This record gives sequence, C-alpha cells and structure tokens, in this order.
Amino acid sequence: MTKARTLAEKVWDRHVVRKGEGQEPDLLYIDLHLVHEVTSPQAFDGLRLAGRPVRRPDLTIATEDHNVPTKDVDLPIADPVSRTQVETLRRNCAEFGVDLYPMNHAEQGIVHIIGPQLGLTQPGMTVVCGDSHTSTHGAFGAMAFGIGTSEVEHVLATQTLPLKPFKTMAINVTSADGTLRPGVTSKDVVLAIIAKIGTGGGQGYVLEYRGNVIENLSMEARMTICNMSIEAGARAGMIAPDQVTYDFMNGRDHAPKGEQWDAALADWATLRTDEGATFDAEVDIDGDALTPFVTWGTNPGQGLPLGGNVPDPATIVDENERIAAERAIDYMGLEAGMPLREVRVDTVFVGSCTNGRIEDLRAAAKVLDGRSLADGVRMLVVPGSMRVRFQAEDEGLDKVFTAAGAEWRSAGCSMCLGMNPDQLEPGERSASTSNRNFEGRQGKGGRTHLVSPLVAAATAVRGTLSSPEDLD
Amino acid sequence: MDAFSTHTGIGVPLRRSNVDTDQIIPAVYLKRVTRTGFDDGLFAAWRQHPDFILNIEPFSKGSVLVAGPDFGTGSSREHAVWALMDHGFRVVISPRFGDIFRGNSAKGGLVAAQCEQHDVELLWKLLENEPGTEVTVDLQERTVQAKDLTFAFQIDDYTRWRLLEGLDDIGLTLRHEGDITTFEASRPAWLPVTTPAG
Repeated sequence: MTKARTLAEKVWDRHVVRKGEGQEPDLLYIDLHLVHEVTSPQAFDGLRLAGRPVRRPDLTIATEDHNVPTKDVDLPIADPVSRTQVETLRRNCAEFGVDLYPMNHAEQGIVHIIGPQLGLTQPGMTVVCGDSHTSTHGAFGAMAFGIGTSEVEHVLATQTLPLKPFKTMAINVTSADGTLRPGVTSKDVVLAIIAKIGTGGGQGYVLEYRGNVIENLSMEARMTICNMSIEAGARAGMIAPDQVTYDFMNGRDHAPKGEQWDAALADWATLRTDEGATFDAEVDIDGDALTPFVTWGTNPGQGLPLGGNVPDPATIVDENERIAAERAIDYMGLEAGMPLREVRVDTVFVGSCTNGRIEDLRAAAKVLDGRSLADGVRMLVVPGSMRVRFQAEDEGLDKVFTAAGAEWRSAGCSMCLGMNPDQLEPGERSASTSNRNFEGRQGKGGRTHLVSPLVAAATAVRGTLSSPEDLD
Repeated sequence: MDAFSTHTGIGVPLRRSNVDTDQIIPAVYLKRVTRTGFDDGLFAAWRQHPDFILNIEPFSKGSVLVAGPDFGTGSSREHAVWALMDHGFRVVISPRFGDIFRGNSAKGGLVAAQCEQHDVELLWKLLENEPGTEVTVDLQERTVQAKDLTFAFQIDDYTRWRLLEGLDDIGLTLRHEGDITTFEASRPAWLPVTTPAG
C-alpha cells in the first residue's frame, strides 16, 4: 500500500519532472502561467538577451490589470510610464506568441479572476504568476503560487521551476451545522485565520482549508479564502475539489468536454487528502464563534471582530509586537480603546482579486439597494473582469450602485494597490474589500481597513465601520 | 549573476518587524521595464523622514541591512530585491523572511541570512552604539561577524552553492531538457491550453 498523502503532496508528486538529489530542489512542471504587465517586462528582456523562446506559449496567457485605468477606458492611458508598461507587454506577447487579453477586450480582467472564469484553472494543476495572489487558484485543488520576475523568466523559458517541497498545514474550519452566522462571509473567515496564525504563521507551508464550513462555501467564497493565504505568509492555499468545483467548471470555455470531462472527473475525485495522512501543522477555527472581522492596523494580521476596540499596545507583552502596534495605531490615526464601529471612513472600495467576483458585487448591491451613501463618503465599485462587469450590468447591479451614489467602473486591480489613478489621498481612510492594509498601499499616506463586501457596503451607508445588521 | 563568498560593509539597524515589500518599494515605482534604477523607490515613504536610518550618516553608506522578523512579506515584486541592491545592499539579516522574497533574493544575488532574534538584538545594539561598525558575512562558513560578536546564520545548501558559484538557474534547468520533453509527453489529454477555445 502506498503512503497516505495530503492533497498538496499528491499535486506536487504528479508534477515532478526530475527529483532533486541531496539538497537540490525538485524540478516541477507548470501547467498554467499567467502573465501581466508589471512583473513580466524584465523576464521577456532576459529571454531576448539569451536568445531563448517561450517554451509553451500555449500554456501561457497574458492580460493587463495592475496599471489600467478604470474610467475613460476608451482613451489612451494618461500616465506615460503606465502606458509604456502596457505597450511593452503587447509588444512582448506579439513577439513571443503569447495570447493577450488587452484593455477593453471582453475577456480582460484581473489575472486571478479570468483564469477560473475561462475554465483554465482546473483541479490538480500547477499554476504560477508573477503575483503573490496566485494562491487564489488553489480553491480548485490546484497548487498555485506567486513567483518573482526571475522565476517568470524561468517558466517562460522552461515551463518548469526548481522548488523545495513545502510543509503542509491543515486549517480546519468547522461549525455545528457547517454554516456561518448571518452577515459572516469567507472574507471574515480568512481575516480571522490570519489574525490567529499571524502574517508569518504560514511561512514555508501550503495551507489546506478543510471542514464543513469550507465544504459549504461557493467557489467564489473559496477563492477569497485561498487568495489571502499569502497574507498569512503561505505561498499557496488549497481546497479539495468536490461537486461545487465540478459544477462551477462544467461547460466553461477551456474545461474538458465529452469523454475528456469524464476522464478528468475520475481523476479529480482522487485529489483528496488520504485518510491517515499527516500534516506538519494543524489549526482549528470555530466557525460558530466568527463575526464580521475588520483590520485596525497596517498588516493583515492586525484584525479584530467589528464589535471590538482598537487594542491598547501597553497590554501587549511581546516587545516587537508592541512597537508594531504603536506604530500602526499612530499611522492609522486611531486611539487605543476606541470602538471600531466609531471609525469614520472617506472611501469605500469594492473590488480586487479578493472580492471582485459577481457574488461579491451581488452581496454589496443587496445591502445598498434602496439606500444611499453617507455624506462625504465616496465609493468605488470595480468589477474584477469585463465578464463580471457585463454580468453585473445584465443583473442591474450597476444601477443599484449608481443610485446609491457609488461610482461604477471598468475592470482592473484599481485601488487595491493604487498603480492606476484610483488612489487614496494622504490621511484618507478606506474600508476596502482588498487584501493588504500596508502603509501607503492604496496611495501614499492612505489608511486601509480590510473588510468583507457586506461590511464595505454597510460602512458606505453609515460612514463608520459597520455591518448590515447596524442598518435600520 | 556575480559569485558571492564574503562581504564586509557598514551594518544598518532597521528596528522594524513585518517590513512588507510595499514598504521596501511602493507600487508606483514598479512601472519601469528595466532591471535597474529602482534605488529612488527604496523605502520611499520612510526615507521622506529625515530621521529614517538610511538618511543618517554613516548608515546611508551601509550594505548589510539588519531587520526584525518577517522581512519581505506580501507582494511578489522582485523589484524589492533590485531596489535594495541598487542602493548598495548585499545582505539582509532577519529572523524570518517572506518566502517569495527569499527566493527572489537568491535569484538576484542578495544574501537573505536568517538568524536568531536574539542575535539580531545584539547586533542592533552594537550598530546603534557604534554607528559605522562593519559587518562581515561569510557565506562559505555561514557566519556573521561584527567586532567581538559572531553568530551563525541559516541559508539552505542549494541556494548557498548557487550564490557561491554565481550560477544561472535557467541554464541549470536546461541541462535537463530531455526530462522536460519526456514529462510533457505524459501529461493527461484533458489539461487545458490557453489558445482561444473553439
């Protein structure tokens, strides 16, 4: 009998091109490589200098997402440096034969939204991209992780990566009946996980999210959780594929068809952690105890239930953590002990590879329907892809947002990282459905609170951090 | 990539934990399409404060950065490594590194030396009490030495070997191209290709 293995070990094993000898890493085959404009120019340049082709352009797909403006998208990009980067990607893709979905194309969008919606992301695959939120694709039972530009060049040239095996960590999220309380979403689950294990807790691990709460989540909600694995320090997070996964995949453009679909289903059914397999670490999360969660500080581990207060650094024993908390509270312009529900925001951002899918927009629209934004609050709603945008418009969600006073935009990364004109001003504060509350992430001097789409929408209505249950 | 064996340079104490790659270089500086010229973006927000360590002599000339735990977390941007190297850093010492940053460092020739928190504290005190103290990092022996203080650091054997030899990863992999071709022939037929579905 073969040794019991975890899901991550199974996916790893089936991609080993060459087992490393001694301290050498294994050489792993990469099934899908997603490319965007920011982390690829120097990689293509490296190929050109060495006279190397892209080995498998048919396993490579590019799109424009980080830099692109989300309004006036019919005009040339105003920022000349952004424009150069986008034009460089177009030239590189044409020269090396890589398919590209450029701005205004019906399939354009954030890389991590378009892979799954095209059916390119499938169970058991290895997926990489020069972007740390590649962990998103792990929701399908794929091993998916972010890489640096040198590794992008390596994959373009060889379709492989030399890698040392990861350790494995099980994150068991369970509740009595497998559901979460009303108003609690997968975003709250993952923020609570990161607060529990810390921003370094997952370093060196692949996380596998398990338990009845995870099994009951939609694919969109699972992607939100896997997306933020990197914020706990883990390069990848995975969820075993099941009927929810198959139903999401079936019929998508690049999903297997006919006999191939049947063969794939039989294979995917084996992608589960074996009974008796051991993880290097395990963490348990009580789903019944979870409430809406928000961050108060400047890293994603500095989060608390919305009903809590800004912590008092004086009570933190660890010196490094105390200094980090003092610095964060100072940067965020908060006071120790202040109720989080009293924190007033200027801006609400709904979008990003974390929460820019159709289900996220529906959730926010449901809260906003028939209501309007609080005075002085601006709200940006940025669909994660053009398909999400069109679907939302078909469902009339754009009308709900604009009627409430929000801005309805075109697809891209937008204010998640402020590489395009969508930025916070110094000192401005946002409630954001994105993934990072780092200093200056959404614009120099900007202050970010990470929230779910439900909390984002309720906050837009009340003007202070809120959940839907705070609304009349 | 240049081979690395030992390096001696001024140590810079950065008393911060969770220095994410957005702090090392904010996104607005990532728009260049070249591999160099990122020094102006290094710690861009913090460098605006006159009392930030890199604005103080002699630390502005430092080449060994000594940081708190969880250095290089967050975004995968390799520009963080390029910015540090463009500024003149050759080594970063920290009790714990973000995984992607550590991998990127090895590609660019920056040594990410992982050591005990306790040793970082001692080195911080030494560098603060005697600014300009030189730190020697010996990759062969995996040791850090400054004045009377000597301690070991961790770096995996393979990365150490590659750095010592200054080897290019792609060239190493292409030695096994036959294995890659053989593997490709065995991939299941249902796996997708990215060319438009028809």
